[in-house]
Amino acid sequence: MSTDLLYTEVEEDLRAAVRRVLRDRCEVSSVLARCESDEPYDLALWRTLAGELGVAALAVPEELGGGGAGVRELAVVAEELGRSVAPVPFLGTVLATAALTAAGAAEPIAEIGAGTLVTTLAVGLATRPSARIEPAVRVDGATLTGTATAVVDLEVADRVLVPATGPDGTGLYLVDTAVTGVSRTPVTPLDLTRRFGTLELTGAQARLVAADAEPVLRRALLTAAGVLAAEQVGLAQHSLDSTVEYVRTRYQFGRQIGSFQAVKHRLADLWSGVSTARATSRNAADSLSDADAEAELAVALAQAYCSDLAVLAVEESLQLHGGIGMTWEHPIHLYLGRAKSAQLTFGTAEHHRARIAELVDLPSA
Amino acid sequence: MTDAAELRSAVREFLAAHDPGGDRLEFLRARFDAGLAWVNYPVGLGGRDAPRELQTVVDAEFAAAGAPDNAPSRNGIGLGMAAPTILRFGTDEQRARYLRPLWTGEEIWCQLFSEPGAGSDLAALATRAVRDGDDWIVEGQKVWTSFAHKAKWAILVARSDPDAPKHKGLSYFVCDMTDPNVEVRPLRQITGEAEFNEVFLNGVRIPDSQRLGEIGQGWQVAMGTLMNERVAIGGGNTGRESGMIGVVARKWRDDPEVRTPGAHDRLLRLWVEAEATRLTGQRLRQQLAVGTPGPEGSAVKLAFSRLNQEISGFELELLGEQGLSYGDWTQRRPETVDFTGRDPGYRYLRAKGNSIEGGTSEVLRNVIAERVLGLPPEIRTDKDVPWKELPR
Repeated sequence: MSTDLLYTEVEEDLRAAVRRVLRDRCEVSSVLARCESDEPYDLALWRTLAGELGVAALAVPEELGGGGAGVRELAVVAEELGRSVAPVPFLGTVLATAALTAAGAAEPIAEIGAGTLVTTLAVGLATRPSARIEPAVRVDGATLTGTATAVVDLEVADRVLVPATGPDGTGLYLVDTAVTGVSRTPVTPLDLTRRFGTLELTGAQARLVAADAEPVLRRALLTAAGVLAAEQVGLAQHSLDSTVEYVRTRYQFGRQIGSFQAVKHRLADLWSGVSTARATSRNAADSLSDADAEAELAVALAQAYCSDLAVLAVEESLQLHGGIGMTWEHPIHLYLGRAKSAQLTFGTAEHHRARIAELVDLPSA
Repeated sequence: MTDAAELRSAVREFLAAHDPGGDRLEFLRARFDAGLAWVNYPVGLGGRDAPRELQTVVDAEFAAAGAPDNAPSRNGIGLGMAAPTILRFGTDEQRARYLRPLWTGEEIWCQLFSEPGAGSDLAALATRAVRDGDDWIVEGQKVWTSFAHKAKWAILVARSDPDAPKHKGLSYFVCDMTDPNVEVRPLRQITGEAEFNEVFLNGVRIPDSQRLGEIGQGWQVAMGTLMNERVAIGGGNTGRESGMIGVVARKWRDDPEVRTPGAHDRLLRLWVEAEATRLTGQRLRQQLAVGTPGPEGSAVKLAFSRLNQEISGFELELLGEQGLSYGDWTQRRPETVDFTGRDPGYRYLRAKGNSIEGGTSEVLRNVIAERVLGLPPEIRTDKDVPWKELPR
């Protein structure tokens, strides 16, 4: 069966359901207000998305307590969340559920699926899927000590999956963030809608989830990077749509600015870029669903294309909005922060190109 | 309603009655008469009113039997543009006269649209058609005409009323290319080759019975023709590293001497874009297959043009001293165009045409902006002015 790059009817239904909830509950002006509050994440919205629409454990097999769909469906959800820069612990959940699925660990998944217990993975957000993970956390019996940086969704996480090294190598452990010996320090993020922080463990009680963390982490990072590409596509599509809308209604020199060829051609190029990004993103999602041997190449390609394209889309959007785009009150900066941070997340486009060079045998000089 | 199984058995019946190893033309004519030429065409005109996508079923059956095909690459304009236009705008007599020899390839077609003064602005064309009794007398010059030196017929747009605004004064004809007043000259290009021709129409007499559509309706007919011009460039069903990227990737692998860090970075960027563009084309074909064509063809054409130009230039740089040479400047007349064949210098020069032929990149961007994104159309100063008063 060759790669299906389209959307199925089921996927379109899922998209419509997610979009409805986000339209009602995640107006971008409310996202802006929330980002400045003490509770930058909307956990009530998250519980709705997880509990009612099942997005949290969507791609987890049913026998492990998940939704039994695939990464293709998960990617459609990501597109919608990207369009809305929704402040929900989605990426940490994707990492955690993909890791638990790869480890075959059913028990922690049920609560993730319900949206009641947020779980994340203590691997730095900028880590590349192909990187060798050398955690700065040591395991001693059943307790962990050490530090993990750039842990996504850490502030709202009830549990963290932590890779830790001991005499038997690197394993993956589940830590409850409420136990003693766990301290969390948030970092002020460039992306106000996606938070991360530093996790410090000093003799914190932990439970082994996977004895060999390496393949589990690899799969989790690969899946999350593929899903992130879909989020980037959704974000880019939103930037394009909102900019097209703006240039049709904004008049200068007695004309709609969208009637100037200089503006039209930039948006035509951006539309072409978004179309191309969508094809690479669908390809990645499909490869991940099939556990395709080509998944690693497909994800590297999607990241190498979509992460830069999403940044370009918001930067073009900002420029074409003129002065209003530079203001705090206009939400473009939320999208810019999200796109620029996502470009660095799981490695930059250059990192992914370097991985492609290895995978398709195009060696450096 | 015809279905795939029915068509398969029709092909098998046909093959039982006609020897695919026999006379090629007889076989093709019989295939046309059996309604197995283009199944979506009407009964009696080579088809059986079946869904267009079922054609692949028929073609596969014939190919499997080793039957001769009608060499579609030798009559691309005829099959892709003239035939659907004749079907849609032609009279019953015209359809009966032209379609069978067109399909079998006995009569090759070309297209007399573009002029030296009317390329992207096709409606500005100046070739005149003046009524003379039952005939029209046509005077003017056309350009970029592929197949003109092999064609029996041309589809021709000419100006029949210079006093009307430019879109309203055109009429559409079928022109006999063997007429002694039609002069075809090879048009040599920057590659040294002459893929195309200039065509001089020196008072060619065309019977009114060879007009397609109403007088003054030439623009509408021409738009119908151009709608059928598939954006074929870069749209083929191809594998990874087909096209120019494969040429340079192989060079890179085979010859460590050409590798530098800067070139590595460029190569990888181009590889990513080429692969992403290929997937976009694949997605477009999947949309077509389920009957919901998307507008992505324009994106693929834009990206293909840019990439082909960039990669072919990059290839010359990789080659160093060898990149200074050129294969052959002889004026040849190629049957088909091969963007990745011949030599690196040819590839570089030929690629420059990719962003011009089949709609310039600038026009394509306008099309995307206006038809896909719904942005306001270009401000037009020429729409309601008589053509003869327009500055040229």
